[in-house]
Amino acid sequence: MKPVPVRDADSAPFFDAALRGELMLLRCPACRTFMSPTAYINVPRRPRCPACFAPEPEWAPSCGRATLYSFAIMHQLYDEAFAADVPYNLAVVETEEGVRLSSQVAGCENERLEIGMPLVVTFERVSDDVAIPRFRPAA
Amino acid sequence: MRGATAAIAGLGVTEMGKVYGRTASDFAGEAIALALADAGLAASDVDGLLVNGNHSEEMVPTLQFSLGFLDLTLVNVMSAFGATAATMLQCAADAIARGQANVVACVYSDVPLREGGSASQSAYSGKQAPTGFAGLRSAYGDYGPANTMYAMALRRHMHLYGTDHDQLGTIAVGQRQWARMNSHAQMRAPMTLADYHASRWVVEPLHLFDCCLVSNGGVAVIVTSAERAADLRQPPVHLRGFGQCAPGDPARSGREPAVHTGARTSGEMALREAGIGLEDVDLLELYDCYTYTVLVTLEDYGFCGKGEGGEFVADGKLGPGGSLPCNTGGGQLSSYYMWGFTPLAEGVIQARGEAGERQVEKHDHVLVSGNGGVLNFHSTAILGREAA
Repeated sequence: MKPVPVRDADSAPFFDAALRGELMLLRCPACRTFMSPTAYINVPRRPRCPACFAPEPEWAPSCGRATLYSFAIMHQLYDEAFAADVPYNLAVVETEEGVRLSSQVAGCENERLEIGMPLVVTFERVSDDVAIPRFRPAA
Repeated sequence: MRGATAAIAGLGVTEMGKVYGRTASDFAGEAIALALADAGLAASDVDGLLVNGNHSEEMVPTLQFSLGFLDLTLVNVMSAFGATAATMLQCAADAIARGQANVVACVYSDVPLREGGSASQSAYSGKQAPTGFAGLRSAYGDYGPANTMYAMALRRHMHLYGTDHDQLGTIAVGQRQWARMNSHAQMRAPMTLADYHASRWVVEPLHLFDCCLVSNGGVAVIVTSAERAADLRQPPVHLRGFGQCAPGDPARSGREPAVHTGARTSGEMALREAGIGLEDVDLLELYDCYTYTVLVTLEDYGFCGKGEGGEFVADGKLGPGGSLPCNTGGGQLSSYYMWGFTPLAEGVIQARGEAGERQVEKHDHVLVSGNGGVLNFHSTAILGREAA
């Protein structure tokens, strides 16, 4: 079985919103700069705005539109649960708010992936109470 | 330009690679013992210990106790990931200049490989608990996030500048040719460009031979004053200049630190301090976690223009007999992976003129780079045969 994310204090608002079909980012209450929910690969905390250093970024919804910043095709099998999926894509998308997110492109063959392609967020319910965002090609 | 202050007087490199049943502190102890013997110093001479903090739970301040050092006047764990080594040397040199310490051991060690397990099952595999945002990565199947993120960085470079796999393969093949002359290298079988292309995809666009090794082992260097080093067993390797640059947030629009790395600022800083120009650099020991890291670092140091790295390396100038010898021991791609201590160790060997069959003829100035995260942290050290 594929791993299902487990909410923690840092991520609960993000996953709660995903269940409602909303993609949440962080936004600075002072200068309104949007930022990604994670500061680095697996570093969840962002106590300060990277633009103005103001404290306490707030959750704010993204419009859900993005472009493909870059992508990679995973061939290595780390977990048998993905055996039917390899080779599958992993992506970094850049949302209209100017935030880059690690995600995946859904509904697109690997050969058709192209940097810069317009995307829109979509959610997959992976358990009773967890949904995860991906991005599909914009119509 | 700094005054002539400090030099590397000793180097210790343990057995490398699939060496099992030993701990990180055991390797660290052996590396330091080898480095002290190399320098002609005793453990009791050591009054400073700098530990390269990494994934190992043993690379911590209490390593002092594990190894039995007493009354140290400089002890610290340092980490900017793979960009740490040059900054450790800088810290040691500064402490020596201030009279805080006299003989400083700088050490890296790790045992990520497990017996019976492949590199993808090592401690670096990045298989994480399914909690929080890390759990989201797991749900996408994004294991080994370093491979994934470097693959995406390379994809950007290919998209922007047309960099191709023939060019990247030239880097891998050149380094393998160097490794064939290095008894410490894990990978010594011949490699052709066809072998490179035939190596499996790990995370496309990264072939297996674009990726570094995973190694168990340890490396240490002994730093002391240039004056004292002159009286010791080995020719001193003078610490001529240092630089560091960490560009920061890669998740903001308009910033592209994986394409425009910290090497530019860090390199300018180090060369300025050393009082030399790029044209004075005789050989390069560049952090090479991936072939792409070498290519982008060459661009940002200014050896070629931004985006021209692929064309620049394509003639094989980095390999044996080339005009810009680079990663002359095989680097992390073909010799062994000890973070920044891989390029540093080979830099010391070359600067001394002790590289034997693979010795580069002119070796007055060696540029050693460090890179950490996904091209998020950069450091530079200039090593010299002469103090100034």
